[in-house]
Amino acid sequence: MEPILLTGNAAAAWGARLAGVDYVPAFPITPQTEIIETLGAWLDSGAMPGRMVTLESEHSMLTAAGAAAATGVRVFSATSSQGLLHAMEMLYTVAGWRAPFVLVNVSRGLSAPITLEADHNDVLAARDSGFLQIHCTDCQEVVDSVLLAYRLAEDTAVRLPVMVNLDGFYLSFTREPVRLPDLAAAREFLPPFDPGSMRFAASAPQSQAVAVLGGSPYSYFRYETHLAARNAISVYQRIAAEFESRFGRERGAVEAYRCDDADIVFFMIGSFASKAREAVDRLREAGRRVGLLRPRLLRPYPAEIIASALLGVRGVAVVDQNISMGQGGVLHTELAAALYGRGSAPAILTSFIGGLGGREIAPQEFFEMAEVTFRAVDEGRSPPPRLLYTETELRELRKLQSVALAEREQTSPAGRATP
Amino acid sequence: MSEIISRMKDLPSAHLLGAGTPMCSGCGGLEALHQIYDVLGENTVFVNAAGCMTLLSVYPFTPFRGSWLYTAMASAPAGAQGVRDALDLLIQQGRLPPEEDLQVVVLTGDGSAYGMGMSATSGAMDRGLDFIYICYDNEGYGNTGQQYSSATPHGAATATSGGTGGFPGYKKDLFSIWAAHQPSYVATVIASEPLDLAKKIAKARDMSGPRMIIALSPCPTGWDYDPRESVAIGKLAVKTGVWPLKEYENGTVTHTRIPRERPAVEEYLKTQGRFSHLFRPQRNEALLTEIQQRVDRYWAQAQ
Ligand SMILES: Cc1ncc(C[n+]2csc(CCOP(=O)(O)OP(=O)(O)O)c2C)c(N)n1
Ligand code: SF4
Ligand SMILES: [Mg+2]
Repeated sequence: MEPILLTGNAAAAWGARLAGVDYVPAFPITPQTEIIETLGAWLDSGAMPGRMVTLESEHSMLTAAGAAAATGVRVFSATSSQGLLHAMEMLYTVAGWRAPFVLVNVSRGLSAPITLEADHNDVLAARDSGFLQIHCTDCQEVVDSVLLAYRLAEDTAVRLPVMVNLDGFYLSFTREPVRLPDLAAAREFLPPFDPGSMRFAASAPQSQAVAVLGGSPYSYFRYETHLAARNAISVYQRIAAEFESRFGRERGAVEAYRCDDADIVFFMIGSFASKAREAVDRLREAGRRVGLLRPRLLRPYPAEIIASALLGVRGVAVVDQNISMGQGGVLHTELAAALYGRGSAPAILTSFIGGLGGREIAPQEFFEMAEVTFRAVDEGRSPPPRLLYTETELRELRKLQSVALAEREQTSPAGRATP
Repeated sequence: MSEIISRMKDLPSAHLLGAGTPMCSGCGGLEALHQIYDVLGENTVFVNAAGCMTLLSVYPFTPFRGSWLYTAMASAPAGAQGVRDALDLLIQQGRLPPEEDLQVVVLTGDGSAYGMGMSATSGAMDRGLDFIYICYDNEGYGNTGQQYSSATPHGAATATSGGTGGFPGYKKDLFSIWAAHQPSYVATVIASEPLDLAKKIAKARDMSGPRMIIALSPCPTGWDYDPRESVAIGKLAVKTGVWPLKEYENGTVTHTRIPRERPAVEEYLKTQGRFSHLFRPQRNEALLTEIQQRVDRYWAQAQ
């Protein structure tokens, strides 16, 4: 099939359509709305069978999604940012139900301050919920990942909900050429959902999501969920290999770009990884042996795959588009935890926080991060984490502040005397 | 399951709900649920919110012969939406024979119904969801130790309203709030009036759309009285006019029981420890009068 131009949101909607979803519980939030509007239009016109219902909140949306999946239909939903956090109680809950369905999250920075543009604090807030996470870097990956996500979620060794993440604006509203698998091929790859015994029917009474008393049964179910999530690494690799043989696109758990002989690599997720890829090419042209390592699968965490991809690498520049207040970058912390104690691990991890609320990461910043990391490798010591922010930016912000202040003093005669 | 219930002897004696639950003895909510379950039957899926009843199904046992799904405190009606929609889709697609269909029943306490779950309930009614909502109203957050909720009556002492005047707020009129959504049916019931209860549940069962039931649920633990008094206290709640038995249908509210000669409300109040501060160390005449007047005013307007 010839590629067509699609936004990330349209690609997500196409993923759901090709997956033959039955049920779409919805609630609008920028920058996700185009996904549910697209699906709504297809459902209304009959282009796609199924049912969509707009709930009164994301908390309810996730409850309905989990409940419908637990009744035996294929469910798709989408949200972003505040919506994901509003639903947080239910993310943990429906994962505990082992309800397999797919939730697309269109990443957007969290309030406060309230904003519309992308970073990954929203999706990372859900990292311990039991939802598996697939992170996309381009629109093609969005449609592919939705199909992969259903295979993963519904696999009998997994049975967990899966989140597919794309960045707001940078992917959600950006048109890129996308090859859509044809419906028959998608169906062959992803047959109809077989819920097994997980359903409600008069002749087969079920109690789902019942309470437990005490830590022992509680631990039992929590461990089961964790072990199922661990199973998802090999299951994912298997279905990604099958996907590649059917559709010709490599979708493994970790993308390793020009890592083979690399001295240092960038380590990051999301759409900005394509900026890193650019930077890698430029640095390579300049004779620097730099690569990019990008986990697509972040939950479960593919530690072994990452560690083996880093064999021979001397330094890793971790670029976190998120910030754990008082700690730093989540990817950095997790990578350090995954590598610590492995004799073969790179000696140096450098930590950079950038791209918060959609802030650009410029090519020069990638070059600088590479230089800092090369220097650290030479010196044998990791520098303290860095928050990407330029002097010009700071000056511009200060200028705005003083303009606003001057405005206020001019328009209110009492000026600063007003309490 | 559509037999007519018009006399006491028509009441089902199936006792579908199993015994041995961890609920308190004398639990008025459990008594109501027993009766309701007998009328609804086992082809039901109960979608539950956090509260005392959550402990009915504790792994790996359940007193229900039918199905159960525990959700969370705020969103049981949304869980019902998901189950209902999924059942409809499965039947539509021929993946589930119609005889396998289930009545979807939300089961929550007052804390959920009057408060945290209210927007989910409102949304479910807006969408015309085909379900039954059972709120067992024990007038407080029972499971967490009976703190006051927005269903707590004026003056009641709770774990968070232990001052001299008890709870300073007023019980929210959930019946009217629900009725304002114009659902198929809204009714109040109480286990101590089993015939009235069974008639209303049977009526609800045979309708479609949102069918909303509030069961006042005397709670020995939270209201502080001897468990054996539950039925007597329930009867007094109706007789004194504190708990009007009524239903809403097609835009009209009808009282299914009009207590002609209402004993003083204090006959009801003095049966429960939560109101003892109204009588001891001395009578709180002002508060007793206010409570009586509110009940009188209700019935003056109702007739
Ligand atoms: C989001 C959330 N907040 C608080 C709780 C704690 N909690 C559990 S049960 C309960 C009381 C519920 O009150 P009600 O709905 O009246 O039911 P009852 O306990 O009286 O049966 C509360 C507050 C919870 N489970 N979930
Ligand atoms: S606290 Fe009240 S409502 Fe809860 S189980 Fe005990 S008697 Fe029933
Ligand atoms: Mg209660």
